[in-house]
Amino acid sequence: MKNWTRAAVAAILTSIAVPAAAEECIAPANPGGGWDFTCRQIGRIMTDLGVASGLVQVTNLAGAGGGVAYSQVVNERNDDPDVFIAASSATTTRLAQNAFGGATADQVRWVGTIGGDPGVIVVAADSEFETLPDLIEAIKADPSSVAFAGGSAVGGFDHLKVLMTLDKAGFTDIRKVKYIGVDGGADAITQTVGGFAQAMTGDLSEITGFIKSGDVRPIAVLSEERVEGFEDVPTAKEQGIDIVAMNWRGIYVPKGISDEDYQKWVDALKQVGESEEWQKVMTENGLAPYSIYGDEFETFVADNIAQTQKISKDIGLLQ
Amino acid sequence: MEILSNLAMGFSIAATPYTLLLAVIGCFVGTIIGALPGLGPANGVALLIPISFSMGLDAIPALVLLTSVYYGAMYGGRISSILLNIPGDEPAMMTTLDGYPMAKQGKAGEALVVSGVASFVGAFIATIGLMVFAPYLARVAFKFGPAEYFALYLLAFCTLGGIGSNNQAKAAMAAAIGLGIAMIGLDKTTGMPRFTFGELHLQDGVDFLVAIVGLFAVAEVFFFIETHGKNSAIGVKLGKILVPWRMLKQTTGAMLRGTGIGFVAGVLPGAGASLGSFLAYTAEKSAARDKSQFGKGDPRGVAAPEAGNNAAAGGALVPMLTLGVPGSGTTAVLLALLLTLNITPGPLLFTERPEVVWSLIAALLIANIVLLLMNVPMVKVFVHILSVPAWVLLPGVTMVAFVGIYSLTGSSFDMLMMVGFGVLGYIMRKLEIPTVPVILGILLGNAMEDNLRRAMVLSDGDWTFLFSSPIATGLWIAAVLGFVAPVFLRRFLKKPPMPETEPKVGD
Repeated sequence: MKNWTRAAVAAILTSIAVPAAAEECIAPANPGGGWDFTCRQIGRIMTDLGVASGLVQVTNLAGAGGGVAYSQVVNERNDDPDVFIAASSATTTRLAQNAFGGATADQVRWVGTIGGDPGVIVVAADSEFETLPDLIEAIKADPSSVAFAGGSAVGGFDHLKVLMTLDKAGFTDIRKVKYIGVDGGADAITQTVGGFAQAMTGDLSEITGFIKSGDVRPIAVLSEERVEGFEDVPTAKEQGIDIVAMNWRGIYVPKGISDEDYQKWVDALKQVGESEEWQKVMTENGLAPYSIYGDEFETFVADNIAQTQKISKDIGLLQ
Repeated sequence: MEILSNLAMGFSIAATPYTLLLAVIGCFVGTIIGALPGLGPANGVALLIPISFSMGLDAIPALVLLTSVYYGAMYGGRISSILLNIPGDEPAMMTTLDGYPMAKQGKAGEALVVSGVASFVGAFIATIGLMVFAPYLARVAFKFGPAEYFALYLLAFCTLGGIGSNNQAKAAMAAAIGLGIAMIGLDKTTGMPRFTFGELHLQDGVDFLVAIVGLFAVAEVFFFIETHGKNSAIGVKLGKILVPWRMLKQTTGAMLRGTGIGFVAGVLPGAGASLGSFLAYTAEKSAARDKSQFGKGDPRGVAAPEAGNNAAAGGALVPMLTLGVPGSGTTAVLLALLLTLNITPGPLLFTERPEVVWSLIAALLIANIVLLLMNVPMVKVFVHILSVPAWVLLPGVTMVAFVGIYSLTGSSFDMLMMVGFGVLGYIMRKLEIPTVPVILGILLGNAMEDNLRRAMVLSDGDWTFLFSSPIATGLWIAAVLGFVAPVFLRRFLKKPPMPETEPKVGD
């Protein structure tokens, strides 16, 4: 009996080991989050398309909102041509706010983004606010009358969506804007439906169920155009506020690899982004098309960081 | 009657020979994972997700396997709590308080059976509660805002005196240490890091699993080395296991009360299983007429928290399925699993994918019965894993502790921190300071602070906001009563004075 149970323990411990593979994707978070999703889907499609030499191994390296993975890539794997790392708006937001222990965006090479989760502003079903301008007018009249709930901490991407929107609408006293950061979009929804917060910002994919069930009412989607499946939700642009906030899903690679290797990753990502499989994954998961590759993406990241830094300074998060 | 026909549908999908086999495997693996210190339900489920994918399982078999592991780990956590004085996972922490003293008195078998049955009662009733009330209970979460959550956590801290049975001041100090540790990390309300000294690994704060494994398992190893195993927890002998019917009858009330409290704590997304088992224990202690045996091996002190934490595990599925809000680390991992299977939990899940929901519920009921059979008549199998000679077990515990912690984040930093907690735990044990309040401080302190700060943001710093709803006020009254009542009751009842050398927790 004893040997038998010990064998069972041994079996469990050995089954954790995963066979080695050439390409590796680092998800800088625990299984289940957006980065893990990016790694697993891109990895799977790369294997199916034959872009990768075999199975793409996914390594979860959580910590400091991606900072642990970032510093490991910069310091220890700077010339590894076989590794790519999942990234999103959260990565660049934290880089801009110097939250990765002094690391900067130019210490890696940005490959591209192949999809985006459109930002959305919702209110409770019985809210008095009908449109985005309604909400903004109310804030302009009395900033303390509206509290936003979001799934990220203060200074995180959900908070920035609110601030950028108000900034574009000409409201400059953004330190007065009330925002509470809770654990994830669904939690923020419960606070809004419960009436503790008056509006909620998040990613569209997190809250589609609540929109369809009628618990909340979206008043603006922060994308270039209306999103497929949510054609009746107007964009902020249509309502006169020129703001696009997409939580993009993309990857970066180490700085020290050769230009050919970098180009290889750009081409591979492009193939994934243009594949039918990825289109299917996007519709199933509430993502909208949003693709930028190569040098263009490097510029996009730099602009993005500059903009985040400006707002972070305005709210006193950055000196 | 709609429930019954839905349930029949669930069973028809979930109860095939193949899925039943998966349920048995899941329960067995889960119990082992739960029993091993450092590997909790969250790690267990996270580790098995890739395996279930590589086995090519469909949505329903995968769910059956992983929920069996989840429930199995909740059952298994108590085994090492009772036999080794090391909680297998964080909700099993409260079970050490009375379970281990029982084992010391040669009643390990009774403790295991009582706790096993309590686990079953808690989990089974909670699953039925999930089945019947889930759509209504989802609405409860909407009633809890920052002020209500703050009052709830305050209630937990006010009843903290219930655990440090010998010296209230030492328990309070331990809780303060825990609260201090909880300050480390990114402050959600300002986005600023606190006490991280520029160290990236500290930005997410101190993981309470690191603290638990350090304070309990590693400290136990140090203690064992010092005493050459004489006074250590490791190596408790287990006699023949009989079903102690009288003891079960005596603890029925404790189990049912624990179930009720645990389920409610589980349903609230911000609370979770640890709070459930904690409140179940302190409530049971304050409700008991004769408290003198609590902390020294009272079977009610085993039954209540075990029923509580298993009921909370079932309750935590309510907000996860109906709102997509995970109430605990494990439900967060299960949520991730559902999303990868293209099942989006949320208000529409019960109407859009009834086959998933009902087969999940059927799977939970099956898992529970399998687990009752495994954990009562067959508990010796698991005990054998833990009752190997000390020279095998001790390196084993150490190894599992390190592997478990490494698997959390994949960084050696956490392992060093765990050793640091081990040293702290050893010192505290020498000074006879209980370690459980440290963990509660870490676990609840963060959430309590976040909610207080959110409440202050919402109300522009107006303190009266904290009492602004009937729920919040009710919780405040309960908290004040919980804090003050023992002081007065003690005088009224003329309780005999505390003996000078009362055995400390874990002795």
